[in-house]
Amino acid sequence: MADSKHDKPTPHKDEVSGVDTTGHEWDGIRELDNPLPRWWLYVFYGCIVFAIGYWILMPAWPGLHGYTKGLLHQSDRGELSVALNDLSATRGAAGQALVKASLEQIEADPKLQAYALAAGASIFGDNCATCHGTGGTGGKGYPNLRDDVWLWGGDLNAIEHTLRVGIRSTHPDARQSQMPSFGRDQILTGQQVNDLTEYVTALSRRKASPAAVSRAAPIFQAQCAVCHGPEGKGNQTVGAPNLTDQDWLYGGDPNSIHTQIWNGRAGVMPSWEKRFNTATIKALTVYVHANASGQ
Amino acid sequence: MWKHHKKLERHSLLLVIGILVVVAIGGLVEISPLFYLESTIEKVDGIRPYTPLELAGRDIYVREGCYVCHSQMIRPLRDEVERYGHYSLAAESMYDHPFQWGSKRTGPDLARVGGKYSDGWQIDHLTNPRAVVPESVMPPYAFLAKKDLDYRDIADKLRAQRTVGVPYSDAMIANAVTDLETQADPFASGGTALKKRYGPKVNQRDFDGQPDRISDMDALIAYLQMLGTTVDFTTYKADAGENLR
Repeated sequence: MADSKHDKPTPHKDEVSGVDTTGHEWDGIRELDNPLPRWWLYVFYGCIVFAIGYWILMPAWPGLHGYTKGLLHQSDRGELSVALNDLSATRGAAGQALVKASLEQIEADPKLQAYALAAGASIFGDNCATCHGTGGTGGKGYPNLRDDVWLWGGDLNAIEHTLRVGIRSTHPDARQSQMPSFGRDQILTGQQVNDLTEYVTALSRRKASPAAVSRAAPIFQAQCAVCHGPEGKGNQTVGAPNLTDQDWLYGGDPNSIHTQIWNGRAGVMPSWEKRFNTATIKALTVYVHANASGQ
Repeated sequence: MWKHHKKLERHSLLLVIGILVVVAIGGLVEISPLFYLESTIEKVDGIRPYTPLELAGRDIYVREGCYVCHSQMIRPLRDEVERYGHYSLAAESMYDHPFQWGSKRTGPDLARVGGKYSDGWQIDHLTNPRAVVPESVMPPYAFLAKKDLDYRDIADKLRAQRTVGVPYSDAMIANAVTDLETQADPFASGGTALKKRYGPKVNQRDFDGQPDRISDMDALIAYLQMLGTTVDFTTYKADAGENLR
């Protein structure tokens, strides 16, 4: 590299182009000293001017006790609350009416119901479908919401309550119940659990060993009837499923029934009260209720 | 002035010094105010350090690279707030070292995933994402349930966090192992002490559905279930001047 102290540049003009060179020479090679393109230079100056304008108008420089707020007082968070207010204005009267109307009124009013169904579908897709499946068809351990089988009740108020407080959730008023782990916690012997499995199979009118069924009958009455009822028809106040139908949350084959009696699995549904506002919960209730053809 | 500039341009040492000075101004202006400006972090109720189990879960979150596909930053934009909930506050990541804001959302944002799904769903989903979300592209993490959590160094982890400014008390560090074991066992006797140290909202239960062991899955789900749940938004004034930015 040329050292400026020893190698003073001498003015020199390139003969071919007529442009000044930098005045240096490296092994006979010289560099043209063309000025920066005008357009580039002016864009650069423009950027500097823009930056100064930006400092004045927008929040910019930090100081010792805060930062310059700018003449426009721009705030992303402020703009958000404006945008949210606009949104609720767009949703307009229907959104407001949803808060005031009772669930029955919403269902009776075709306009309100159409609004609630549309809103409910979008909320369901984002929040509920994760467990209950697209469209609410459920899966193992996650109840199907499109049939007429309900663990905790399927009328409007029951659905709304479940949405609000959840099931076995952290909400203080959550719907609570717990099936004991009859096998794991050694409440019943292995043989008794086997017999009960046969009994439950027989309850839903399928083939089972008559000897096992008669052995299990008193056990069912002593251990299971409290929640599932003496005939095994279930009880919605404690979320105990009907054992005489063909609808099974954890599977209806003997193996699944045995596993359920042994471990006493129970699902958890989160409480949505804090996540959703009243209008949203009502819209969801109406949507779920309509999907299951109502109860 | 332009003549002096020529001198600067032609002297390598001067140029290096000049560059350093210019870059340092950028750093000074952008970084140093964060250390002394009190308005940077919102004053909110409820923020607490991670419990030992949550901290272990957070390490698994980092180890498995969850941040590569999941962000933890709800921006103050209408559509994000409508979907995920209240936008993230600076206060909510004040005890994150390093923070997990992320820069890409292949999966959804997780800043407020705490309490949104049940533990059972988290187990099903981590074990085989497509079992519950058919269109998911997330890889399965079934092995987490089969691996015992290694928490021999948990007290040291708390100590390390304290070195960088997380207010872990001596009692928290002394009881780190007990607190960790207590949080994963709903019947453990130390629950009251745990909640006294970390607040009443701490979840104490068997997260992974395996009551007889503490697995990596326990720790990760404990962490996921508290994300975004600590701030008390009933006392937070979002439209107050000092919170607008």
